[in-house]
Amino acid sequence: MVATGCETVPLRSGEDVVIARQVVRRWALETGFSLVDQTKVVTAASELARNTVTHGAGGKLTIEGLQNGHRKGLRLIFEDQGPGIPDVNRALQDGYTTGTGLGLGLGGSKRLASEFEVRTQVGQGTQVIFTRWKG
Amino acid sequence: MERIPILKMGDYLLVSIQVDMHDRLALSLQDDLTDRIVKSQAKGVLIDISSLEVVDSFIGRMLGNIAAMSRILDANTIVVGMRPAVAITLVELGLSLKGVSTALNVEKGMSLLEQQTAKRKVIGNGRNGL
Repeated sequence: MVATGCETVPLRSGEDVVIARQVVRRWALETGFSLVDQTKVVTAASELARNTVTHGAGGKLTIEGLQNGHRKGLRLIFEDQGPGIPDVNRALQDGYTTGTGLGLGLGGSKRLASEFEVRTQVGQGTQVIFTRWKG
Repeated sequence: MERIPILKMGDYLLVSIQVDMHDRLALSLQDDLTDRIVKSQAKGVLIDISSLEVVDSFIGRMLGNIAAMSRILDANTIVVGMRPAVAITLVELGLSLKGVSTALNVEKGMSLLEQQTAKRKVIGNGRNGL
């Protein structure tokens, strides 16, 4: 598997979440995702970018184009140096929220992914890695 | 400050969301709409989301809140024009928009609103919101 390109978007405010959606949409288009898959990737990006801003006290998104043989994909890495997630399994459950949201962001995004990984350490920060393959 | 316009047509309020909303804009629409429902004594609200390429849990929650608040304020809300890809994604995300009435397009949404309003006039003073 090789990375075919990458781009970084800062995530500090609500406006950055909008920009992240737009940049991810452009990448999803270039990767050749179907309309439904584009929508899924952009929706997950929106959820996870908001998490980075509201729970992680801001951070950044790195977008990577992927190629594995003939298969193309997209990897989104959301990183923050925020408080971390004490109980990841609980955070992945639908309806669990420490904020004012619906608690669908993390678990819902996982359902929209081909591969999904959360690396977190309390007091250090969180990294959420979302990967979606084409087709 | 940036605002989503709310149009009044007879007994109804019309909103067409044409921009990619950041969260604060979505919240201000929620506030503006409840204000306008009271001030204009609207019987219904039609929200057109056909331009929205993405509805995430935040926007979904806003639509649910508007529907719930308008119901309490004696008005019906219909969300129209959801794109098929958005509907598929919303369900997979885990958001079923319970309590939000939908119609395929503005025309169907308007006739649904009119039906609901006519029904409520027959029943009496609009206490069928339960």
